[in-house]
Amino acid sequence: MTLAIESQNLGTEVAVTGTLFRFATAGSVDDGKSTLVGRLLHDSKAILADQLEAVTRTSTERGFGGESGGIDFALLTDGLRAEREQGITIDVAYRYFATPARSFILADCPGHVQYTRNMVTGATTADAVIMLIDARKGVLEQTRRHLSVVALLRVPHVIVAVNKIDLLGYDEAAYRKVEASVRLVTAELGIGLLGNGGVHVIPVSALVGDNVVDRSERTPWYAGPSLLELLETLTVIDDRGESGRAAEAFRLPVQLVLRPQGAVVVAPELADSYRDYRAYAGQVASGSIRIGDTVNVEPGGGTSTVTGIDFAGVDLDEAFAPQSIALRLADDLDIARGAVIAAADTLPPVTRTLEADLFWLDPRPLAPGARVLVKFGTTVVQALISAVTGRLDLTTLAVEPATGLAVNDTGQASIRLSRDLPVERYAQNRRSGAFLVIHPQDGATLAAGIVTAPGEPTHAGDGSGAGLEVSP
Amino acid sequence: MRAPPVTTALVSTPATTHRLSELDVLESEAIHIIREVVAEFERPVLLFSGGKDSVVVLHLAAKAFWPGKIPFSLLHVDTGHNFPEVLEFRDKTVATHGVRLIVATVEDYVADGRLVERADGTRNPLQTLPLLDAIAAGRHDAVFGGARRDEDKARAKERILSLRDEFGQWDPRNQRPELWNLYNGRHTVGQHVRAFPISNWTELNVWRYIERENIDLPPLYYAHEREVYRRDNMWRAVSPVSPPRVDETVELRTVRYRTVGDMSCTGAVDSNAASVADVVREVGVSTITERGATRADDRISEAAMEDRKKEGYF
Repeated sequence: MTLAIESQNLGTEVAVTGTLFRFATAGSVDDGKSTLVGRLLHDSKAILADQLEAVTRTSTERGFGGESGGIDFALLTDGLRAEREQGITIDVAYRYFATPARSFILADCPGHVQYTRNMVTGATTADAVIMLIDARKGVLEQTRRHLSVVALLRVPHVIVAVNKIDLLGYDEAAYRKVEASVRLVTAELGIGLLGNGGVHVIPVSALVGDNVVDRSERTPWYAGPSLLELLETLTVIDDRGESGRAAEAFRLPVQLVLRPQGAVVVAPELADSYRDYRAYAGQVASGSIRIGDTVNVEPGGGTSTVTGIDFAGVDLDEAFAPQSIALRLADDLDIARGAVIAAADTLPPVTRTLEADLFWLDPRPLAPGARVLVKFGTTVVQALISAVTGRLDLTTLAVEPATGLAVNDTGQASIRLSRDLPVERYAQNRRSGAFLVIHPQDGATLAAGIVTAPGEPTHAGDGSGAGLEVSP
Repeated sequence: MRAPPVTTALVSTPATTHRLSELDVLESEAIHIIREVVAEFERPVLLFSGGKDSVVVLHLAAKAFWPGKIPFSLLHVDTGHNFPEVLEFRDKTVATHGVRLIVATVEDYVADGRLVERADGTRNPLQTLPLLDAIAAGRHDAVFGGARRDEDKARAKERILSLRDEFGQWDPRNQRPELWNLYNGRHTVGQHVRAFPISNWTELNVWRYIERENIDLPPLYYAHEREVYRRDNMWRAVSPVSPPRVDETVELRTVRYRTVGDMSCTGAVDSNAASVADVVREVGVSTITERGATRADDRISEAAMEDRKKEGYF
């Protein structure tokens, strides 16, 4: 293959045992998000020669390139035929790149079509969100709406990239004005005060490359890191430490019970010792666990001690989020899929009601009284949305009165569960406090939910645990 | 009862630090997905070609259910154009893991006229019908695949759990949002779900994992001598289903395959990478994507993969 541009990409050595960092990008129309993403991938050498050749060829065909060598970076991320034909981005696209410091998963969230749905999708798994702002326009209503979603979902790090700084002639005063308004809005929304990360504001030009990978000489008044430097050094949500998920209380939602009953793959001479093997398989949602630790199990309220932590044949002394393990317990408790194994005395009392914020994602509107399914961890239960108590004005986070929710609305609702669950606030635990709202007939995901307040504890003797469970 | 197929790997990967490496995070994510699908679906099946990605998914499945056996069957769509050494590897691997293999054969469809041979001779696009028939015949409600999002621009937009209608079609404009690690596998009669546990892995992740876990692969992934000829800027193997034209010169070269598909559409690359470590080094500095380097079928148009996926391809 002969490539005129092959010399631009010499390949790149990447980290061998680096960490994985997940981030999402968001912005309004024409903020230059696709250009920023393309620039990040291109300058970090993540675009390979054949991809670059295809994009350069198409750019030239459409009058972008020619001898000036201009590349329409948006073509790198617009993967579907309709997107390229219409020049829009339809759905969240995932990109992968690595530097010597770290590997990255980028969820590129389009800004104009179903932006709430896309933002929510990208933000639920992100360690950081990059918000793009056009330096000439400053903070727009849509910027505030995006930042509100980021605040509600408690994304640990928020990076605001003030783009097109070249069009302002690299003027410090103009940038400081935008930066000040960003700080004002993020403070209003409580971002950076939520305990985890913080707000970082960077002047960039995605088109020219200022402060994207390397620090720019054209912004001597900016002393902070480049965008990539920041991405390489921010803490990962799963990291242990005071702010990471592993510092939260131990939770293991049980996916299934491993009970091979003799049909084992271990060596024949060991087969006998695995005859009565029984372990609870799941991915640690938060916290860590050690052999000998006491645990509680819900539903049922049982208590036991951890006797083994298996990772496919390796005995571990300790496991932590987000490891997928199998836990063995000293006592023979009645534990099935949907149960939660938790560090002793850390689970809230079970309840059948809760208050939640709902990000409504389905075109069909929500009316109070809707019967739905909710999925918490590995449990699916029937539920009733008994009331919509308000809709959030995402530009201010103020609550307006509402009787229903439409697509892309965020609202507050009261929910009744058909079964007792140990419900936790999202603010306390990002995994246990999150749930899906699912259509009971066609199975569509209707909403993303986060618990704002668990209801009154279910009292002993009123049928606790005897509710209706829905099989998957 | 058999020796555990994953023993060698297991001793080498204890969690010694409190920070998980990239591979550990991806491995736990994949195991979580595999367990969710097995717990929520009645009759899952794994598409197994003997290619490196499906081999890695099989290895992850063995880990997910240890010390039990893998609780689902494997399905291979045999185009009749497979490399013989890959079929041999496939059968050996199936035996090692003690799983059942279902083979759907494109040749049967061509023989009785349900499918018509293409002018360019490639049978890769012909896989879709036998695949959908096999899914229907086995009443499979979930189909695992080894597809990765870094492979192609259309795949970059596909969900980890991807809902398909009774025609197997992917509707990219109407996908379920994927929130936290809460997968929604609910589906109605006639629908099924494609599940891609290694969606978030890159080609380099796959090779580093193969190296770390000491996973066996078909020999053609490593440098070997082969009779090849140049076509479409790729080295094509001389075989009964991919003969050289009169104007094409056959030469003996040291090559390896980055992807393993049909002999009629997969090209080899010049390489001296004879071991896993060599390959990891080579992939780490490669300047061309694996599909760009080796797949004639993805070059038909810029949206070749998207079009095939909409028709039910995986």
